[in-house]
Amino acid sequence: MTRYLLTKLIEAFIAIWGVVTIVFFVSRILGDPAVLLVPVGAGQQEIDNLRAALGLDRPLLEQYFHSLLSMLKGDFGISFQHTRPALDVVLERTPATASLAGLALLFGTLIGAAAGAIAALMRGTVAEFIVMVAALLGQATPTFWLGIMLILLFSVELGLLPTGGAGTWLHYILPGLTLSVFVSASIARLLRSSLLDIMREDYVRTARAKGLMPRTVFFWHIARNALIPVVTMIGIIAGELLGGSVVIETVFAWPGVGRVIVQGIQAQDFPVIQAGVTLVAAIFVFVNLLVDLLYGVLDPRIRRG
Amino acid sequence: MAPLLDVRNLTVVFDTPAGTVHAVNDVSYTIEEGETLGIVGESGSGKSVHALSMVGLIARPPGRIVSGEVYFKGRDLLRLSQRELFDLRGKEIGFVFQDPMTSLNPVLTVERQIAEPLRRHFNLSKSQARERVVELLELVGIPNARARIGQYPHEFSGGMRQRVMIAIGIACNPKLLIADEATTALDVTVQAQILDLVRDLKKKIGTTVIWITHDMGVVAGLADTIQVMYGGRIMERGPVDAVFEDPRSAYTWGLLKSLPHGGKRGETRLYQIPGNPPNLINEPIGDPFAPRNAFATERCLRETPPLKQMEGSLPGHKAAVWYDLREELKKQEAKV
Repeated sequence: MTRYLLTKLIEAFIAIWGVVTIVFFVSRILGDPAVLLVPVGAGQQEIDNLRAALGLDRPLLEQYFHSLLSMLKGDFGISFQHTRPALDVVLERTPATASLAGLALLFGTLIGAAAGAIAALMRGTVAEFIVMVAALLGQATPTFWLGIMLILLFSVELGLLPTGGAGTWLHYILPGLTLSVFVSASIARLLRSSLLDIMREDYVRTARAKGLMPRTVFFWHIARNALIPVVTMIGIIAGELLGGSVVIETVFAWPGVGRVIVQGIQAQDFPVIQAGVTLVAAIFVFVNLLVDLLYGVLDPRIRRG
Repeated sequence: MAPLLDVRNLTVVFDTPAGTVHAVNDVSYTIEEGETLGIVGESGSGKSVHALSMVGLIARPPGRIVSGEVYFKGRDLLRLSQRELFDLRGKEIGFVFQDPMTSLNPVLTVERQIAEPLRRHFNLSKSQARERVVELLELVGIPNARARIGQYPHEFSGGMRQRVMIAIGIACNPKLLIADEATTALDVTVQAQILDLVRDLKKKIGTTVIWITHDMGVVAGLADTIQVMYGGRIMERGPVDAVFEDPRSAYTWGLLKSLPHGGKRGETRLYQIPGNPPNLINEPIGDPFAPRNAFATERCLRETPPLKQMEGSLPGHKAAVWYDLREELKKQEAKV
């Protein structure tokens, strides 16, 4: 188990290093942040001074290794726009992202699981058809479009809910709903097909042959096995949501990690981009590690000694 | 005394997009208490489906029981409520399925899987059930049983898994044990061990057994009565020795002839029954084996022969034929 964890941690470290490297070089292609940061009408001299002050005049590889070393120490540099540590700028946005993600994940999973189970248990009925069409629509609808439509209806037309921003629980409803639709649709479809597969397994027939009641057969023999792929899916979605849903946070002006990264990109604020993306990558890798461990709990065949 | 199981005119079909599959056609037979019945047939002969349908274990739809009665201890199983069937399965009728790799739940411990029917039917506490599980595992010959109950199926070998499967089947001391191809997925040596175990268990607990298999050799070593099925019908049935020595159905004869005879060298090839298994989508007419049978008469193709007592054979030796296989074989010999 220790050995397994250690391997996984080393893998995680390499993955994050890869992300950091790609982000470093890609962000440098964006352009010269000094040009954006100096006041309008400033001369070339001022721009050069600023570049020197930010360390942007040094060779690219030197900058790269310098920032790698600093990152190891937890120093992501000072945000160009906010003139504060970039990591702080990103970290203070995480509660907003995490709470929205948690809400969407909770409701999305509950609704999705119920819908998927109903569809599988009521195979061939109108109920299954309705659930599956709804799930297909939910998965196929672009979240930004759904978000805008919800704002138009509930905020602009009916004036019931705020158009964006955060503050009260009312602010959570529309972005939470938008994300939940996608989450629940994905889970419903996967759970349904997984349940239908497992229902055909020989061991389910064995369970019925023991005279077990249908609910015991369903929860202990069918659902437990059918959940294994669903847990992976939830893990991937959780990683994505916790990393900040860039699109949704932008549509709803939600002050989360995704939005701060987008703002960083617009301002070519390299330290914020790097800190943000590294955080997102770390969360993603960590959630996947959790899923791997949970897998072992659900499926003894892949439990490591 | 009334028989333990009395199957009367059981007919089961499956409604598929390609048409109605006539899986079991008018099957009737009885089993006495303590008897071991070996049901032999190839895939699609209806041997498994008829047994599963008796206790509501086929999916409906697409399966459909068209007609029949199945009396078990005086009650018609086909007219029981769902609840009564749940109470009966596992307790009165135990099942042992083929391929213990897929018939055991991979994510539950062996203890839980064996304890389930015990706790369901006898309301045993966890610790009472555990004692019985250990007892059962010892009974089916799993060494170090107490240490192994917490393990999962993948931690057992194929033969040991089959023993676990048997332990599940006999957990509640059922009156009737139905084993469906229970040794098919095993190595020959392991198969022999399992058959020994079953014979031994029969002596100890005296369960009535229906052993479904495609292997004539298994039936020869285990069963009192053999029942040969083909195309959803019983072709021949009788005491094992009588049927093996003096088959009266051309299908049984073909099956026996295609068995390898141990040690005999020089024989070029094993006998092979010509043709293919019947397409059960067509409405069954006549003797299902007739198209592949060299001895078939005109009548065999038109009219279904009833299963009737064979003259000059032991009582209980029945076959569904219009021809006389003894005469036909004599004629054939005379020609050669």
